[in-house]
This record gives sequence, C-alpha cells and structure tokens, in this order.
Amino acid sequence: MADKIEIRISGLGGQGVVLAGQVLGKAAVYSGKNAVQTQSYGAEARGSAAKSEVIISDGKIGFPMVRKCDILIAMSPEAVEKNVKALKEGGLLLIDSTTVKSVPKIKARIFKLPATGISEKVFGERLYANIIMLGALIRMTDMINEKALEKAIRDTVPEKAVAINIQAYKKGEDIVGQILS
Amino acid sequence: MKLLQPNKYFWQGNEACVEGAITAGCRFFAGYPITPASEISEHMAKQLPRISGIAIQMEDEMASVGAIIGASWAGAKAMTATSGPGFSLMQEFIGYAFMTETPCVIVDVQRTGPSTGQATKCGQGDVMQSRWGTHGDYSAIVLSPNSVQEMFTLTVRAFNLAEKYRTPVILLSDETITHMREQITVPPLDSVKIINRKKPRAGETAFFGSEETAPMPAVDEGFNVAVTGSTHDEYGTRFTADPVVHRKLVESLNNKIRNHTEEISDFEDCNIEDCQISIISYGCTSRAVYEAVEKAEAKGVKTGYVRLKTIWPFPEKIIRKLAEKADKIIVPELNLGQIYYEVERASKGLAKVIPLNKIGGGELITPEELLAKILKEAEKND
Repeated sequence: MADKIEIRISGLGGQGVVLAGQVLGKAAVYSGKNAVQTQSYGAEARGSAAKSEVIISDGKIGFPMVRKCDILIAMSPEAVEKNVKALKEGGLLLIDSTTVKSVPKIKARIFKLPATGISEKVFGERLYANIIMLGALIRMTDMINEKALEKAIRDTVPEKAVAINIQAYKKGEDIVGQILS
Repeated sequence: MKLLQPNKYFWQGNEACVEGAITAGCRFFAGYPITPASEISEHMAKQLPRISGIAIQMEDEMASVGAIIGASWAGAKAMTATSGPGFSLMQEFIGYAFMTETPCVIVDVQRTGPSTGQATKCGQGDVMQSRWGTHGDYSAIVLSPNSVQEMFTLTVRAFNLAEKYRTPVILLSDETITHMREQITVPPLDSVKIINRKKPRAGETAFFGSEETAPMPAVDEGFNVAVTGSTHDEYGTRFTADPVVHRKLVESLNNKIRNHTEEISDFEDCNIEDCQISIISYGCTSRAVYEAVEKAEAKGVKTGYVRLKTIWPFPEKIIRKLAEKADKIIVPELNLGQIYYEVERASKGLAKVIPLNKIGGGELITPEELLAKILKEAEKND
C-alpha cells in the first residue's frame, strides 16, 4: 500500500455513505494505520448530495479533507458527475451500476457493481448497498484486512444489524472475486 | 459503573468531547440539539445515566445554561453544547454565570452564520462572540481544539479551568473538528489531572469577588449564601448603586483571569525563532498549516507557526515575541477577519500582518491556498 491513500464515498443522504466511511476508517485504525474520516451532507435528512471521505496513512495526517482521491465510490448519477474530476488519473472508480447508468470516459480503472440491486435481491432492502460496496473495495485493494473490517462493523452498527452487514460485505467481496477470477 | 478503558479509539470529535467531560467529572448535561453539536447531546444522553449522571433535553438554549448554572450550585460539574444560533441565545445566562462566578463549560461548535446560515457547514465566525458575547465587562477563557484528541484533552482542561477560576469556560470548536473521526488515545484515567473547586471551611462567609478566586459552597451544605446577578459584595449582599462595590467586584472578575493569562495560555509552535513568515492559526484552519509550512520550507522560505489552543485571554506576549522575529504574519481564518485584528494589535507594527479569509460551503483553506499566500508574500518586498 502507498503510504497515504485517499478515498471518497459519494451518493445521496440516506444511502449510508457516512456510515460506510466510518466503518472503513475504523477498520483502517484496527489494521494499525492512521485514519481520518470526514463527511459532508445537506441540511435535509435524506435525498441531498452526501459524501464521506477517508484518508488512510502510515504517518500523521494533517489536512483532513480529500482534494484528489485515489478511490472514488459513486452511488448516484449526481455523485459521479460531481466527484469524478476529483479522482486522480489512474485511480479507481467504483460505481453502483443499479443507480448509475452512464459511465464517464476517464483515465481510471472503472469497476461496476450493481450493489443496490444485489442488496434488494439478497436482503430484500436497498440499504446494504453501502456495505456491499465496501466489501468490493476491500477485495480489490490490500488496504485493510477482513478481520479489522468485521470488527469495525461490529463496533459501528446496532447489534441486531451486525450479522446482515457482515453478510453484505462478504457478498461484495464474493462478487468481485468471481469477476476477477 | 463501567469506566472508560485506556486504549486507542476511532471517535468522532463530539464523542471525544463527551468522554473528556465525563473523565473531568461532568455529571450533569442540559442542552438543546443543534447541528453540528447534536451528537454531544445524544452521547451525553446515552452515557451519563449509566454512571448516575443526568442529561436533560431542555426547551431551549437559555434554559440549558440556566440548568447547568443550577446544577453547578448544587455541586455538580455541568456542561451544555450548542452551535452559533444557540450560542447567541445563551449569552444572557452566560453573563449571569460570569457575574455569579459559576463554574461550567459551554461548547460552541461553530457553523457558518450569521443567523441560521449554513447549518451543516463549518465556519469560525464566533471567535469575537466567544469573548464579547454577553454584556458588561468580563474576561472569558476560550479554548480551541484542532483534533479529536484535543476534543478530549481540552474538554478536560475546560472543566479544570472552570473549577479553578470559578468561571464559565467556552470550548470553541467547529464543524470540521467535531464531525471528523480520528484516532484518539485515552490515557489511564488516574493519570489525567483533575481540578475540583475550592470548598469553604465551616464558618466561612465570603464567597464572591476575590482575585484569588473565592471558595464555592453548594446548596444544602449549610452555608447561607445569596447568588445574584446584581452587583454584590463578597458575602452576596446586593449593592445596586454603590460604585466602590461594583468596581471591586467586576475588577476582581477580570483580574482573576487576566492575572493568570500566561498560565492559562497554551499553544503549539514551530520554527518561531528563525522565520521570515509565520502563520497564526487555530481550530480547523490550523490543519492546513503543517503541510503548507513543510512545502514552503522545501522551497527555501523560512516559515514557522503558532497554533493557539487558548484564544482568550489573548496571548499578547507570544504574538509580540513572534512579531519581533518574523517579517510577516499570515492569519488564516474561516471568517472575514477576527483574530487577525488581535494579532495586528499585539504585533505593535513590528511585523506586517496579513489576513487569509474564506467563508461558506464548509470549504476549508487548503494547504495549497496557504502555500500560495506564503510564497507570494515571501516574494514581495514590502
């Protein structure tokens, strides 16, 4: 892993982008790294643009905001449009292809995953798409280990939702694994 | 009762504030939720009842300060938390807390103003309000954390200073620092220094208006004490027209803080003995400074910084010393210029003081913007 990696998770309020960032940051710390997680959302509880940023580093982290990201997770068409210019050339764009139909033409590794569709199909609800995306991200990078992610989920989501969220990240991992193999 | 275990955690700033308060001995919280301080209310409501403390959601912010003043006189360490619009409402009772010498902690998590402004976006526009928000002559103690770790340690310190000087202490934070999640190290609790208010001995009767900070009885301890916002003598007796009593009281309220400015002052510095350009910053804005200074140094510009952890009382001597060394001082702030004027005043013309301001949308001043300013000022010969 590079000594500093910057991730932006973007979507709409209600899609769990802040929670996903929180879990990711916590998992990084549990993996022995430094991490800072910040978030930005509108005054409305749901439906307005929301983003969560995580910086993971081996060293001290000064400025907490992401200016250019190595990885962009986009969960709505607006999120792609607004954030794609912040992605570094050659970076990784992870798209929820259930909600995002048009893929931008950019110099990046682009990976499409119908996370919202999978969430609906497997769990009967859309709301696990965020953790499915995280599972995919973990499988595609070597930033943090699985155990740390699992512990981060346990420490973050309500007890009754732990099992299903763990299933969700495993689902994300599996699908990426199948595609990559 | 389950005590907080010394360990490394990944906490939000607001959460660290609550844990710091509880570590300092806070057992009473009264507040009214407001973005970006709501998580403090939420977390207090979750944590305090577990340790036999009390957390109340009040009808508004005025009542919140009223409740913590009452709790403090009942002997508890007490706190409230709000953001700009609520902080404006609190000013009346904050004045009452100053006048009655009531130790308490008020957290103001700054967002953009005036008025409702942008509720979820970061700002630093309440700096002067934190010093001069209520009417009359008084001296405020205002602390400014710049990390989740300091949301813990400076909250502990806020309580210690409130108890030591029997005064309200403002923890002036901002949306970035309180909503951010970061690694924090909680030390063994018995290693954390805790200060408790001085209690009177049996038979003592003077509880107000001492530059040495008078002892404070609690209700139900058998002391006969009147607590009033009107001018009073050391026994609490009202004197609503006497000039001498008023002068003595109000001067003591100011001097008990001002005489200890150096002890209260806390700051972080780097390269200040040998720099052409220096940066003075506080809170979220200071997070851009480290990278900017490093890059400026790499480009051959001697750059240093002072980062204020206490904003008020203003550390004039440190600024003056800095102005003697540096040619120029840049003051980045997420407002249209507040501490800038204080720095200019304290520099006494010895260095050129330059503001760098940005407001709105929660955008921070970036290291690139600060670096560009440093390089531009280093090139200019004025």
